[in-house]
Amino acid sequence: MADIFEQALYPYRRSPDQDAAAPARHPVIVVGAGPVGLAAALDLALKDVPVLLLDDNDRVSTGSRAICFAKRTLEIMDRLGCGQPLVDKGVTWNKGKVFFDERKVYEFDLLAEAGHRRPAFINLQQFHFEAVLLERLRELQAEGRPVEIRGRNKVTGVTRDDSGIQLTVETPDGPYTLEADWLVACDGAKSPIRSFMGLDFHGRIFEDNFLIADVKMEADFPTERWFWFDPPFNRGQSALLHKQPDGVWRIDLQLGWDIDREVEMREENVIPRLKAMLGEEAKFSLEWISIYTFQCRRMERFAHGRVLFAGDSAHQVSPFGARGANSGIQDADNLAWKLKLILDGTAPESLMESYNRERVQAADENILNSTRSTDFITPKSDISHVFRDAVLDLAEAHPFARPLVNSGRLSVPATHAGSDLNGEDALPGGPERTRPGAPAVDAPVGDGWLLESLGTDIVLLGINTSLPDMSGGDTLPVTVLTIETEDDRLGALRERYLGRNEQAVYLIRPDQHIAARWPTYDRKAISAALTAATGGMS
Amino acid sequence: MTDLNTAPNLTDADGFYEALIAAHEGLTPEQSTALNARLILLLANHVGDRDILLDALRKARGTGR
Repeated sequence: MADIFEQALYPYRRSPDQDAAAPARHPVIVVGAGPVGLAAALDLALKDVPVLLLDDNDRVSTGSRAICFAKRTLEIMDRLGCGQPLVDKGVTWNKGKVFFDERKVYEFDLLAEAGHRRPAFINLQQFHFEAVLLERLRELQAEGRPVEIRGRNKVTGVTRDDSGIQLTVETPDGPYTLEADWLVACDGAKSPIRSFMGLDFHGRIFEDNFLIADVKMEADFPTERWFWFDPPFNRGQSALLHKQPDGVWRIDLQLGWDIDREVEMREENVIPRLKAMLGEEAKFSLEWISIYTFQCRRMERFAHGRVLFAGDSAHQVSPFGARGANSGIQDADNLAWKLKLILDGTAPESLMESYNRERVQAADENILNSTRSTDFITPKSDISHVFRDAVLDLAEAHPFARPLVNSGRLSVPATHAGSDLNGEDALPGGPERTRPGAPAVDAPVGDGWLLESLGTDIVLLGINTSLPDMSGGDTLPVTVLTIETEDDRLGALRERYLGRNEQAVYLIRPDQHIAARWPTYDRKAISAALTAATGGMS
Repeated sequence: MTDLNTAPNLTDADGFYEALIAAHEGLTPEQSTALNARLILLLANHVGDRDILLDALRKARGTGR
C-alpha cells in the first residue's frame, strides 16, 4: 500500500454547484484542509453549521512538518471526537534535555503534575494528524452532519460586496463561482486569500536556515526532546532530536544564513551531517529532507468583515516552541462557537470582534515567546552570544541559570485575561490558573475527566453545590453540570478550581475557556456574565 | 551572613534576558564591555555583602562548574 500522503483521500468529484444556474450560496466556506481548516470544519459540523471545506489538493501533506501537538490541542481534539486515535498513534513525551557542547546542562518535565487526561505533548507527523481528522470528518458525514470536502478546488479569487462573499474556484473541469456568508481562510503562510484581499503581513524575518531530516532507524534514545547548543557534530550551531511514530526520528540542524540550499539538500551532503550526529555505524534511511527559514509576523487584524483568517495565514512563528499548528487549532476552537451563535441569531455579529482581539493577543504572546527563543538559539550580536554561553555554562551547576536557558518555550494556550467576554471573578482567592479568560484545566472526575464532561455548549458548572435548571428563559443553550470534589481522589479538582473555598460556580464557554466564577449560584450575576460572554445580546 | 543565592529568583527570566540583550543593542564591543562593568558595579553595591560577592567572583571565575 502506498504511504498515506500519496493517496487521494478526497479525490475531485464534480459538484452540482458547478452546474448551478446561479452561484450556490453556503453559510460557511473554509479554505485549506490542513490541521486548522479541518479542525474548524469538524467543529462547525458538530454544531450542525453547514460547512464546505475546499482544498487545492486532494491528500494530506507530505513530510512530517508540524510534529509536536500540545496538550491543549489534544483536549480540543477530544471535544471534536478524535483525541484518542491521535494519542494512540502519536509518541507521548513530557521530558526534555538540553546539551551545551558535550555536556548535559539542563533537563525538564513539562507535566510533572498528575490528574490530566492528556500528556504535555505527542509527536505525530502532520500527515497522520490530518488523516485522523479526515477520518473523523467522514464519520460525521456518515452521521448526517452537514460537512462537505472538495478536493482539487483551488480558490483563485475572492470578492466581497453587500450581498456576501464571492469565490472563484478552479477545478479539473474548469472554474465555477461560489458564494458564502462567512469565509474562513486557513490557506497557510502564503495565503492566496490574504493576497487577493491585498492585506498586510508584518513582522521579522530571521536570517537562518534549518535542515530538517526525517530518518528511519533503530535507536535507543529515550522518548524526549533533546536540544543541543554548539554540539561537536554541528559546531557553532544548534540541533534538535525528536522521536516520531513508525520508527522515524526528526532531526533539525541549524545551518546558518550563507548556505547554498540546493547543495545542502543533496543526500551526499546530508548523510555525513547525520553520521556526525548519530555515529558512523548508525544504520538509518532518509524519509524526508527539507530546508526552512522562518519569520515571526502576523496580520494586523484576523477578522475582515466576514472573512476570518486562522492559523499560518494569520500569523507565523519560529518553530521553537511548537506554537504554529497548536495556536492555529486554538484559532479554530475560538471562532467555531462564535460563528454558531451568530448564525443562529443568538449572538450579535459583533461577537466576532472578540475572535480578532483574543487571537491577536494569543499570536502576540506566541510571537514574543518564539522570538525570544530564536534570539537565544541564534544570538544576533557578539555580546548576545557571550551572555548566551554564560547562561549555558552556569546552568549545569547553578539552578538560577536554568530558567534562562531558552531552547523553545513550549506551546501553552493563551489566557484571555483582558477579554471583554469575561465576566466577574467573584470567587475569593480563586486559583489563578482557572481565572476568567483561562482555558479550563483538566482534572479527574469519577472514572472520567472534567473536560470531557463539558460537551460543546456553554456550561454552568457547580462544584459541591447544586444548580437549578437553566433551560427556559435564556435563548442560549446552557448545559448545567454539577460535580463533587470527593469524586476526585487526587484532590486536583479542589486545588485547581476551589482554592480554599468549599464550593464554586463556573461559567465556561463552548471553547472551554472560563468566562466567570462565583462562590454561589446567583441568577442575576450569571445572566450578566452570559450576556458578556456572548457579545451582549441575550 | 547569608549565602549567594543560586536558586531561581528572577520574577520574569525571559523578560529580563530580553531587556539585558536589548540594553546592548547598537553598542561596539568596547561599549558593551563598559556597560557590563557598570552593571556589575551597580549590582555589587546592591548586594553589599563582601563574602557573597567573593563567592560570586569565585563561581564566575570557575567557568560555571
